[in-house]
Amino acid sequence: MSDIDEELRSELQRQGIWVTSMQELYNWGRKNSIWPLQFGLACCAIEMIATAASRYDIARFGGEIFRPSPRQADLMIVAGTVTKKMAPQIVRLYNQMPDPKYVISMGACAISGGPFKQGYNVLKGIDRYIPVDVYIPGCPPRPEALLHAFMELQRKIDEQKLTGAGKAAHLDRTHPSEFPVPAFGAHDLEPAANADVFRPMKIERT
Amino acid sequence: MSPPPYLFIVIFLGVALVFPIFPLILAWMWRRFFQPPKPGAEKNATYECGVESLGEAQIQFRSQYYLYAIIFLIFDVEAVFLVPFAVAFTGLPIGAFVAILVFLLLLLEGLVWAWSKGCLDWAR
Repeated sequence: MSDIDEELRSELQRQGIWVTSMQELYNWGRKNSIWPLQFGLACCAIEMIATAASRYDIARFGGEIFRPSPRQADLMIVAGTVTKKMAPQIVRLYNQMPDPKYVISMGACAISGGPFKQGYNVLKGIDRYIPVDVYIPGCPPRPEALLHAFMELQRKIDEQKLTGAGKAAHLDRTHPSEFPVPAFGAHDLEPAANADVFRPMKIERT
Repeated sequence: MSPPPYLFIVIFLGVALVFPIFPLILAWMWRRFFQPPKPGAEKNATYECGVESLGEAQIQFRSQYYLYAIIFLIFDVEAVFLVPFAVAFTGLPIGAFVAILVFLLLLLEGLVWAWSKGCLDWAR
C-alpha cells in the first residue's frame, strides 16, 4: 500500500509497465461490478428499468445484474415514494445486504417525500433511517440522471481507503452494518428518524 | 515418448482443487486482515422480501384442496380442449370424436360428483 511516485508511475506506464496498489485494484474491481438490488417502489422504478434496458444500458458500467436477493446485492436504489408502511421493509432489506453496501436515493420522493410530502402516510426521505450515498433530484429523474448517479457512486468507491483513519465504512469495525427498523406506533413510525443517521440540512439565514 | 495416460486426470484434479480453494483462501485472508465480519440478528435472519418471517417453512397442506384441482380441470382445462375440438369438428374422424367424448364423459363425472358433494353451492 505504499504510495507510488506519480512521475515514476507515468514513466513506467510509457514503457508498458502498469503499476498499481492493492487499494486501487480492490476499488477498481468493486466499482465496476456494482450489483443493485432489484426492487422498485413507484414511477422512478420505470426509469430504473429503462436504465437497465438496452437503450441506456447500465451494463456499460457493470451494474446490469439486478439481484432479487439482498444477499447478493451491493447497491440499493430507492426508486420511488417510500410509504410509512414500506419503510420498515426497506430498512430490513438494507440490513440484510452484506457489506460493503451503498444507497442511491432516486427522485424527489425518496429524498424528501417529493410531491406527496404532505401525505399522512409518506416518509419524508429514506435518509431518516439509512445512510444515503448519492441523491438524484427529479420527478422522476431520467435514465441519464441515474447513470450519472451511478458514475458518482463509482467515483466515491474509487476514493475509499483500505487503511488509515478515514477508511471505508465497511472496513471500520466500529461502523454499524445494521440500523434499527422503525416500528408502527400509534400515529407514526417510531422513532420518526434515526438520530445517528439523519443529518437534516440546516438553513442559515443571515 | 508419450506422457502416461492418467497424467491428464491428475492435472485436471489439481486444477479442480486449486481453482475453488484459492479464492476461498483469498477471501478468508481478506476478512482476516481488512474487512471485519459484522453479523447481526437482522442480517442473519431469513430473507422474506423484507418482511419478518413467521413460523416454519415446512408446513402441510390439507388434502381437501384436491376439490379445487378437480374443479380447475373441469372448468379450465376442459375449455382449452373444447375450443380446438369445436373448431376441427367437421373434419374429425370417428375415432377422435369418440376419444374426446370419453374425455368429456370423465370430466362430466367429476362435475356430477363435485356437484353432489355440494362444492358448487354459493354459501360454502
